[in-house]
Amino acid sequence: MGFYVAQILTGLANAGALFMVASGLSLIFGVTRIVNFAHGSFYMIGAYIGYTLMQTLPGAIGFWSAILLAGLAVGLVGLIVEVLVLRPVYKAPELFQLVATFGVILVIQDLTLMIWGPEDLLGPRAPGLRGVVHIMGEPIPKYDIALLVITPFVALGLWYVIARTRIGILVRAATQDREMVGALGVNQAWLFTGVFALGTALAGLGGALQLPKGGADLLMDFNILTAVFVVVVIGGMGSLPGAYLAAVIISVVNVFGVTFLPQSTLVLIFLVMVLVLMIRPYGLLGREEVAGEHGQVGEPEVPIQPAGRRSRALVAVGLLVLAALPLYGSSFIQVLATDIMIFCLFAASLHFLLGTGGLVSFGHAAYFGGGAYVAALLITHAQTPMELAFLLAPIGAGLAALIIGWICLRLTGVYFAMLTLAFSQLLWSLVFQWGDVTGGDDGLVNIWPADWLKPTTIYFYFSLILCVGGILLMRHIAHSPFGYSLRAARDSERRAEATGINTRHVRWMAFCFAGVLAGLAGGLFVFSKGSIFPNELEIARSFDALIVVFLGGVKTLAGGVVGGAFFKGVEEILTRFEYWRLAFGLLIILVVTFAPQGIVGSIRKIFDRKVETRS
Amino acid sequence: MLQVHHINSYYGKAHVLNDLSFGVERGKVVALLGRNGAGKTTTLKSIMQIVVPASGRIVFQERDITRLATHMVAKLGIGYVPEERRIFTDLTVIENLEVGRQPPREGAVTWNIEMLFDLFPNLAERCKNRGKALSGGEQQMLTIARTLMGNPILILLDEPSEGIAPVIVEQMVRVIRQIKTEGLAVLLSEQNLHFAHAVADEALIIEGGSRKFYGSLDDLNARPDIRDSYLAV
Ligand SMILES: Nc1ncnc2c1ncn2[C@@H]1O[C@H](COP(=O)(O)OP(=O)(O)OP(=O)(O)O)[C@@H](O)[C@H]1O
Ligand SMILES: [Mg+2]
Repeated sequence: MGFYVAQILTGLANAGALFMVASGLSLIFGVTRIVNFAHGSFYMIGAYIGYTLMQTLPGAIGFWSAILLAGLAVGLVGLIVEVLVLRPVYKAPELFQLVATFGVILVIQDLTLMIWGPEDLLGPRAPGLRGVVHIMGEPIPKYDIALLVITPFVALGLWYVIARTRIGILVRAATQDREMVGALGVNQAWLFTGVFALGTALAGLGGALQLPKGGADLLMDFNILTAVFVVVVIGGMGSLPGAYLAAVIISVVNVFGVTFLPQSTLVLIFLVMVLVLMIRPYGLLGREEVAGEHGQVGEPEVPIQPAGRRSRALVAVGLLVLAALPLYGSSFIQVLATDIMIFCLFAASLHFLLGTGGLVSFGHAAYFGGGAYVAALLITHAQTPMELAFLLAPIGAGLAALIIGWICLRLTGVYFAMLTLAFSQLLWSLVFQWGDVTGGDDGLVNIWPADWLKPTTIYFYFSLILCVGGILLMRHIAHSPFGYSLRAARDSERRAEATGINTRHVRWMAFCFAGVLAGLAGGLFVFSKGSIFPNELEIARSFDALIVVFLGGVKTLAGGVVGGAFFKGVEEILTRFEYWRLAFGLLIILVVTFAPQGIVGSIRKIFDRKVETRS
Repeated sequence: MLQVHHINSYYGKAHVLNDLSFGVERGKVVALLGRNGAGKTTTLKSIMQIVVPASGRIVFQERDITRLATHMVAKLGIGYVPEERRIFTDLTVIENLEVGRQPPREGAVTWNIEMLFDLFPNLAERCKNRGKALSGGEQQMLTIARTLMGNPILILLDEPSEGIAPVIVEQMVRVIRQIKTEGLAVLLSEQNLHFAHAVADEALIIEGGSRKFYGSLDDLNARPDIRDSYLAV
């Protein structure tokens, strides 16, 4: 009995930081409609700033004021980020705002590395709370008890602000109809800034509070993000009590998981999540997100048209130049070109989902890495012939997409996006934790193509044919009746349903199709590299693909391809520098601010303008 | 008080307001009439700068408000009551009113919650209810009351009588007359001619975003041909 009580108390203590980060995320989303991916980054710098302050401020008073000051400092950073980065993009399409926050993640990662260095920092103990107390015979760290007490107070304070003050009323009103709030004389810009600062301050507070338990390291940002998304999905977006409840559930499940099933804690959490979603699709205390609310921005879509003669000619010339590459390019160039093509296929498959299907997946790496792992596992454990293993890569990825898509498509919009991310993390953690089979962090090596495919030039042509074929197939499907149904479902679910389209089924098929093509890219990838590591399944990989699609331009079919080539090219150049993330992050932010149509869209716009002035 | 000079407004490429000009004087109610899709709502949104006119000028109390941020337009004393009500359904009646609250303004009535509850007794009874629990008529009263909390000098009312029971329309008429006697001005978009007749001094008829008639209500009554060609009777 005492043991269980102790476990639950530990879980409750762990829930504190998680709740603060999740409630901040949810608050920001409610008002600004931005899923702040950089939220984990604010949590991370909260921990680092708290650490530094604790080193300088003495004693117990110093310790607690360090935590408060860290929260305030992070809120200030959040304020600056909001004004500089997000303000210019509120009017841009929703998806572009996400990319802006990716840029912020990269910048913060490198700045943190610059300031605090690469070593993990061990959090200082709280003065006066070093020991343990015994509850029903079980030792519980005193600091856990302190957290247990503090969290409800933070939650209550937050609730008071939201429920009882004028600011809180405005926040709730803006969550529902921000245009109307503006028409009543409220300066939305400052309301947004204030909410963003408050939300990030909460994240920073969470980061500083968990220092004595977890310390500070450079992976904190992505690590907390998954947990936070899970909490928000379980609790219900926009519900503070929901966030608290879900944080407690997740933390308690996690504590029990660590004790009883140390290999599969994440799996356990996901099971809980799937269970909750089956019963309550919008979270325990959440409500359905109503699409097309007032105050939504963005111009109406320009319909995608079949390629004109000029662009066909352009593509044909490009392909010829590419196909002739072995005539003038070294084998290094051919390998690089193969890399780029594979990446373009991967990005294009996400682009299909996003652009044509309107389905924002945050976890597309699951199918890329998944396909690669299917092939690698077959080669390693079943000595499957390479050709067969290669064929099974897209099929395996497609099967995964079939299952995951079925669950995720029960939800829409931001919930769907978060769920896809959560599932890709599940796959990642399976691969990472199940070392006996997957090699864990060491990955799987010696996955080479069959002899006839080994020469660089042959593999280059092999990839060329499959990548170009895959991309053309996607184009073709986008213009087929299936593509029309998919676009109809994207533009107006209700009207599409009324014309007899089973929107969920159409989306499901599109999700699988994109998964199959991502798996194909993964299969090509693993045999070109000869090895595979869990990082191909990481959030960062999914984000790469998203960044590429946005950079290229969501509304143009060529977007995925052009963005992919640009991204790989820039990466190739930038990764030679130590702080390439900083440079890349800044580049992304600049593109988002100054070229919100993406590369293809911007070029087209300049071109259109020329045509207009000429006529 | 308000002068609209030759404005043109667009939604994307659709040209919705075409060289529209008119004015609203202090203490007057101007009825903005026209069929569905004539551009009434767009006219009001253009004044609020929710839709920013591509050309033309809007002057309010000697100040050019074209291209000003919407919240600044509201702060200068223009109150907007949108169509489709758009109350905050998750907020209580009192909280809805709180969102509209602005500091007192010179030359305008300073409203408070008690005065508004006198004006709309139904709201007083339901003050603790959430917006979504109100009836359509009550919601309409709430949008008007919410706008009055901002102590406006000029009120833009978008089809307040739409879908509301006749008794409540009567109540609206009373309220608008009272607003008028306080020296405020009203620009009222309407399709209900009886309602317009009961409160308005002047009429502006638009069709396809262009002005078709602008004059006193008496003049309009003398021109049944205009009424028949531009208004659905
Ligand atoms: N958001 C929008 N995007 C594109 N076109 C619009 C939009 N809103 C209105 N329109 C078009 O602009 C024109 C004028 O619309 P508006 O809403 O101003 O008319 P209205 O006179 O208020 O009509 P109603 O009496 O039905 O409210 C209509 O043809 C309408 O289809
Ligand atoms: Mg209208």
